[in-house]
This record gives sequence, structure tokens and C-alpha cells, in this order.
Amino acid sequence: MFEWVETIFSSLPQGVQTMTFIIMKIVAITLPLMLCVAYLTYAERKVISYMQVRLGPNRVGPKGWLQPIADAVKLMFKEIIIPTGSNKYLFLISPVLAIAPALAAWAVIPFDDGMALADVNAGLLYVLAVMSVGVYGVIIAGWSSNSKYALLGAMRSAAQIVSYEIAMGFALVGVLLAAGSLNLGDIVRAQSGSVVHWFWLPLFPLFIIYFIAGLAETNRAPFDVSEGESEIVAGFHVEYSGMAFAVFFLAEYANMILISALASIMFLGGWLSPLQGILPESVLAVPVLGDVLGSGIHWLLLKTAFILFFFLWMRATFPRYRYDQIMRLGWKVFIPITIVWLLVVGLLVLAEVGPWWNAV
Amino acid sequence: MGIEQFIFYFFALVMVASATMVITVRNPVQAALFLVLTFFSCAIIWMVLEAEFLAIVLVLVYVGAVMVLFLFVVMMLDINIDRMREGFIRYLPFGVLVGLLMAGMLISVVGSVNFGLDKFAEPARHAADYNNTRELGLVLYTKYVYPFEIAAVILLVAIVAAIALTLRRRPTTKYQKPEEQIAVKRDDRIRLVSMNSEKKK
Repeated sequence: MFEWVETIFSSLPQGVQTMTFIIMKIVAITLPLMLCVAYLTYAERKVISYMQVRLGPNRVGPKGWLQPIADAVKLMFKEIIIPTGSNKYLFLISPVLAIAPALAAWAVIPFDDGMALADVNAGLLYVLAVMSVGVYGVIIAGWSSNSKYALLGAMRSAAQIVSYEIAMGFALVGVLLAAGSLNLGDIVRAQSGSVVHWFWLPLFPLFIIYFIAGLAETNRAPFDVSEGESEIVAGFHVEYSGMAFAVFFLAEYANMILISALASIMFLGGWLSPLQGILPESVLAVPVLGDVLGSGIHWLLLKTAFILFFFLWMRATFPRYRYDQIMRLGWKVFIPITIVWLLVVGLLVLAEVGPWWNAV
Repeated sequence: MGIEQFIFYFFALVMVASATMVITVRNPVQAALFLVLTFFSCAIIWMVLEAEFLAIVLVLVYVGAVMVLFLFVVMMLDINIDRMREGFIRYLPFGVLVGLLMAGMLISVVGSVNFGLDKFAEPARHAADYNNTRELGLVLYTKYVYPFEIAAVILLVAIVAAIALTLRRRPTTKYQKPEEQIAVKRDDRIRLVSMNSEKKK
């Protein structure tokens, strides 16, 4: 049926074929991601509303299932207003700068054993570098809007992101110390065994700090001072409307998913099944049941969803931090804890403490 | 032209163009952003040279941290552009002279006389499993461990000095002490006094 496609494809030069495959893979990652972002907003509204004994969106489609689509269509048809006195080019380029890193970091995420777009050996460093570029979108948006609220919001959020990046980086140093590799696939493989072999147990303080720093990095409640409604209206994106605003929104949620996916890769064993080491080999050989209970991409997605739920739970639970307390928490509490725990991890690795490091 | 050459020429062009923009563009924020673009294309050229650790660290440190702080400062300053343009013509001949001198010196040092293609063999290609990060780490922590540690200590001294120079303790400022707030007991705040009820006069 598709033979003619195949003949045309194989007649193309080698470089074009490789390029086509890479672009197809990129589309295969990005499209589901965008859909996830859309339904994450739905999940957020539903989860928070049930926590607050409300119903949440329930009018568009059955049980409100089409609400995110309706929101997207609404945003697409709204006019993008460019404020007078704003720097027009920078104003329009900053949403792009916000979302590009949020998507680019997905290139190195391993979804299953060997299933990554780019299986590079400095994967963790790449993720850190790309995520640190994301702050430009916020800063430039704030500055180019030519608005005081936007500039103040950008300042707050940039200072917050830069400070929490240090704690986050230290938490990741602990992971690479424990795994002995910067490659995300190798990090997951180093955790194979059982649930207690995953790094959440030996690196528990780092796991907690990574999660909280992730909240601060994505400007989520309780660290959402950069868009604190009661103080500075909506922070850095106050002047944005329509699709330009939607792109910022997409970037924030894509970053949330990215941080959850990274947390599940680095601390919760990525694609590894939690039943590993408990189930006998004979169960894994059963056709369908073995695939479901064995390791695979579905476990990574489940773990990511689990951590995302924590993101939403935090937002429904905690009041907003005051700005000086955010800085105190980042610099005076998290960074010392991570440094002490790095020392502990180093000693544990040296002493070959089991069950994590005695295998070799 | 292979894809590698294309990447090299494309990003080399972007780098030179954006570096030129850094010094010619009027708005300081835009100049800082062009500097970011220069760093970025430089990182990609290093990546082509198989120095992926350096390339990523360049993005992480310079683009992700240093330039962000730089932008911070530049955005806060209220720079009067008209005053900066004054005297442009007056200083132009001298500026051109210095520029030409610098360019001449650079070309005489890094030109084809010293760094021509015939002076160096083509660098050997590494295998696909070559790990640049690991190799760098091995060399840094074995062969160059003392210089590396000394550099780290010098940086630490610089950090401590910078903080010590700028830290001002103002006695009038009231600081919050969360540990004391948490440790507070009922008796610290409340004093119960027993007294007779007063009579209306």
C-alpha cells in the first residue's frame, strides 16, 4: 500500500532521509507534549476545584473535556496588542525565547531504554544549560513591554530563577555523583533493581530540594511572586494578549512537565517498573500482562503525572511566599543542605554502601 | 558543502555579525542581547569541534548566569543615548586608528603565518563513544589537580572579598529571625496579672 512512499523515500539522498527521520521524531515528541499541556491546564482546574469543593469547568463538552480546546481557540482569535513605546521586535520575540528552551530540553529525555531523540553523554548538563536560557524570555518580555508592573515582575522572577538554579544544579550534581554519568539513560540504568534502588532514597533531601526548586524555577505557587496578582497584576506578561500570552502559558506548563519528567528520571527510576525485583521472570514473559507490569514508557508517564499532581496540590495548599523569604529559603537553607548532602553522597559512594553502590 | 561546513560557516557568520552589532547598536539592552547571540553561536562552533563540555558550560555560565545579571544592571540604568552620541565624529579618527592597530596585531599573531593550515595536522576524529566531559575531568583531577584547586581557591577568595567589600550592616534595619519566631513560647508573649477588680467611682 505504501510501497510508492518507500520507493520515493529511499531515492532521496542519505542526509535528507536522516533529516526527515529527525523531524518526524521531533513532531512525535512535540505534538503529544502540546496536548499534554492543554490537558494539564484542565487537570489543574479540576484538581484544584475538587480540593476547594467546587466543580471546575464542566460546560464545554462532556464533563468539560473540551474546555482547553475552547480556551485555545479563544486565545488564537484574540488580537495581539503591541503597547506604544514598547520595543516591538523584542516584545514579539520574547514568547519565542520562553518556549524554545522548554521544548529543546526534551531532545535528551529518554522515554524508554534507548528511546531518546539525542542520546548525548552530557545530557544532564545540556538540560541545565537549556533551562537556564529560559529566563531570557521572562526578562526581555518584562523590559520590552515598557510597563512598570512588567519590569518589576521580570526582575522578581529573574532573580528568583537565577538563585534557585544553584540549588537545583547542586541537587543534580548529587544525582550525577550517585549515577557516575551525565547521560540520562545511564542515570536510569544505574537505578535498576527495585524501588529501593531508585535514587529517591539515598538522595532524599536532594529530591525534595529539586522538587521545590522546580516549583520556584517555573514560577509556580507558592513561589509565584513574579505574577502575584494582588501586587503587580500579572507580572512580566501583563501587556501580552492573545496567542503571545498563550505561548508564555504553554512555556510555563511545558516547563512543569519537563521538571516532573526529569524528577522521575533522576529520582524515581524513569521507565523502570516499580515491580522490578518483586515479580518473578515468568510473569514478565506473559504477553500483555508482562508488558504492562514490566519496564516501559508508561511507567515514566505515570511517574511524571504523579509529580505533576504534586505541583497542582502545592498550588491549592500553600499561600504565597514573601519575596525576601523566598530568597532566604533558596540561599540560606537549600544551598547549605545540598552541599552537606553532596558530601554525604560522596562518602556513601566511596564506602560502597548497599544496595545502591555495592554492585560493582 | 557538507552539513558540518554549513553549520560552521552559518554560525561563524552569525557570530561575526552579532559581535559587530554589539558595538554598533545604540540600545544597551539590545547590545547585551547580541552578545548573548555571539556566545551562543560560539558554543555551537565549539560543539562542531567536539568540545561539547566547554560548549554547554559556555551556555550555562555565560548565557545562563553572567549575561542575565548583566542585563539586570543594564535594564536598571537610565542611559541617555543622545549624550553618548555626542563627540562621535571627534573621536572617530582616533578610534579607527586604534581599531586598525588592534586588527593588524591580531592578524600578525593569529594570521596564516603562524596558524596556517600547513602548520597543523588535521585533528583526529574521535569515535562515537568518546566522552569529552569524562576526558576533561580525568585530566583536571589527575594531571592538573593543583592548578585546578588553586584556581578554585582564588575564585573563592574573590567571592568572599566581593561580598565583604559590598556588605553594609545598617543598625537601623530590622531583620526577621525565623528561628526565633518558631521557637517562641507562650510565656514570651503573654503575662497574666492577677489584680482586684476596680470599683466605679
